[in-house]
Amino acid sequence: MRRALLAALTGLLVACGKPVAGPDMDVILADKPARTLAEYGFFQDVSAREPARGVVAYDLINPLFSDHASKHRLVFVPVGEAAAYNGDDVFDFPVGSVLIKTFAFAPDMRQPKEGERYRETRLLIRKADGWAAYPYVWNEDETEATYAPAGDWLDVAFVDPAGEPVSIEYRVPNQNQCKTCHQMGDDIAPIGPKARNLNHEGPYGKMQLADWSARGILSGLPDAPPAVPSVAGMNASVEGRARAYLDINCAHCHRAEGSASNSGLWLGYDEAEPTKLGIGKHPTAAGRGSGDAVFVVAPGEADNSILTYRMASTEAGIAMPELGRALIDEDGLELVRDWISGMDAY
Amino acid sequence: MRILMMGAAAAVLAACGGGDEQADAGADIDITAGQPAADGAVALEPGDDFQARLQTMLIEAEKGSTITLPEGTFMMTDGLSLDVDGVTITGAGQGATILDFSGQRGSGEGLLITSDDVTLENFSIQETKGDGIKSKGADRIIYSDLTVEWLGDPDPENGAYGVYPVESTDVLVERVTVRGASDAGIYVGQSNNIIVRDSVAEKNVAGIEIENSTHAEVYGNVVTQNTGGVLVFDLPDLPVMGGNSTRIYNNDIYSNNTPNFAPPGNIVAGVPAGTGVIIMANDKVVVENNRFEDNQTVQVLITAYTEPFTDEDYNPLPRNVVVKGNTYGTGGNNPDGRLAEIAPLLGGSLPPIVWDGVTRWGENEDIDNNIVIDEGEGVGFINIGFGTYPMDLANVSPSMERPGGEAFGELEPVTLSHSE
Repeated sequence: MRRALLAALTGLLVACGKPVAGPDMDVILADKPARTLAEYGFFQDVSAREPARGVVAYDLINPLFSDHASKHRLVFVPVGEAAAYNGDDVFDFPVGSVLIKTFAFAPDMRQPKEGERYRETRLLIRKADGWAAYPYVWNEDETEATYAPAGDWLDVAFVDPAGEPVSIEYRVPNQNQCKTCHQMGDDIAPIGPKARNLNHEGPYGKMQLADWSARGILSGLPDAPPAVPSVAGMNASVEGRARAYLDINCAHCHRAEGSASNSGLWLGYDEAEPTKLGIGKHPTAAGRGSGDAVFVVAPGEADNSILTYRMASTEAGIAMPELGRALIDEDGLELVRDWISGMDAY
Repeated sequence: MRILMMGAAAAVLAACGGGDEQADAGADIDITAGQPAADGAVALEPGDDFQARLQTMLIEAEKGSTITLPEGTFMMTDGLSLDVDGVTITGAGQGATILDFSGQRGSGEGLLITSDDVTLENFSIQETKGDGIKSKGADRIIYSDLTVEWLGDPDPENGAYGVYPVESTDVLVERVTVRGASDAGIYVGQSNNIIVRDSVAEKNVAGIEIENSTHAEVYGNVVTQNTGGVLVFDLPDLPVMGGNSTRIYNNDIYSNNTPNFAPPGNIVAGVPAGTGVIIMANDKVVVENNRFEDNQTVQVLITAYTEPFTDEDYNPLPRNVVVKGNTYGTGGNNPDGRLAEIAPLLGGSLPPIVWDGVTRWGENEDIDNNIVIDEGEGVGFINIGFGTYPMDLANVSPSMERPGGEAFGELEPVTLSHSE
């Protein structure tokens, strides 16, 4: 049935003079975003389940927490070109590359594939003058995702991975909010596709970086690229896992080039200076986000640290990250609490 | 499957008709009411989806355009943001156009500006959950004829900063009123070339604060009913440090006696209620021709940074501070905070000008802070003589002798590249 449908669709496409399949570089590189996601040609079907040729699924060792949403990530690099490897930061993707991320919920997130529904798809497109971020919101039938520059609020209800029913107003970020997290100095940049986040077995059951290299979409891969510890795994120390958690959840803003640069709180995986990591650091502009605590991280005192106070809040003006979540990441919070509790108190 | 198939066919048919169509409007948002006029100005109409239509306009604004907000009160559900250079957002006036954020569900501020050459004028912002208006890395910004306020009694649940430019060059704040901020009403941080003038800061913890910034002028402002009036601070462990060259003049700084309501942990939570001006850890600061009245702890406090720190690039001492030609009414008669511990040694009240007398930190030698008190003979001064922090009351050697520093010459007037 599906094959027949595809054949029919292909016939229609040919009939009206559109390219048969695959990403459309004219749409990708246009000055303005397309009205619908389908126009880019990243998918063979209207519901975006079947990637077009050259559109490659990938995942990260540690995802950013987004209210327990499932995330389906895809990368497209123009035919004949490759992203250049970078050891510390995001790969250097050629113009025309696209990162596609779809956010989905199932009624019961303990079985995230069963009855899964796509809610929004975010595009990061490498234009000639830098990256651009565009949000698309799916309709009820999941037949069309439409450009939504102002974002949206979606009523989402599900059973969370711990078995608790939750009901939230899920925020699809507006286009500027996309930039807030993706800020890199004056430009915007992807967050996830760094060697250390990609260096594991990906969705095709292969070591992801080697697979990218074999597909020709990554050049310059060294023999031993770095990897962050898995936050969920038990193979690394609490400190290593907590630092990996802060790296993917916080450091896109909390770094010298990020939206929170003026805080002086830098939470990247490579940060070595204790004060910059918040240890014994006074807040800068936290306001009531301080929760009456004196230090961002008070060693040995998880209950007295601003970091954990803000992670444990869902209230605007207190909650961190400021954008992208309506729920508390209980597992992440527990990990960061364990990290702080394990430090020698002053 | 059937739904999918029909959807697929519909999508393909649509693609035939308008596959190259580029969007210029939001998904479900009709912004036809906001079509550009001949001069590039767009006027926003009141009505449904106001927030979404306004945010869409802010995203799709063209460089150099003006967005006009209508008269009325509009409930916001999320923070607004602008990232396009050269845009002016103008309303029907302070109190006439009100963006009410009491139902805000997300974002750390009411309005966030991250582009250059932006002008904000003639509207009010109320009850944001975090900061009021923040501009970050936004050079040549103008905040003009705005009100940012939290209503009701002073409340630690209020947002931290009212007007909050940071990491910017050329900042103008004029004829702005800020009330109720649980940190600073008008706060300029990590910036260079700053003018704050003709504004009103009242009922905040700090009225006006210039922090880790250089070349600032603060003049013609009314600063009252805050915990502390005007603060000039430099703090450690920040990307931009070395605050210097600030001139505070012709301000009316009176009755700043509101009990401190800042959430503990924040630096301003240590500001004693009843303080007119605090100069902390800055270089080249002039306080001149201001009127001080009824600040019940102290009119002018000159102090080092009091907390331990590890930042090797940081200088915690005030240097080259000139206090001259101000007028002083009553004050110092009801000291609060740490200074309340000192006052009994001095007969219960404090003189208008107090210096903590800290001249060294860590393993360093004493320095000559060069504090210049150029006031009439009748104006009281005290050097508490702490020498270093942490403070040790047993080692205090107060002196009423003026330090006899030498003026370092006039600060160059601040000239903004975008405004007179």
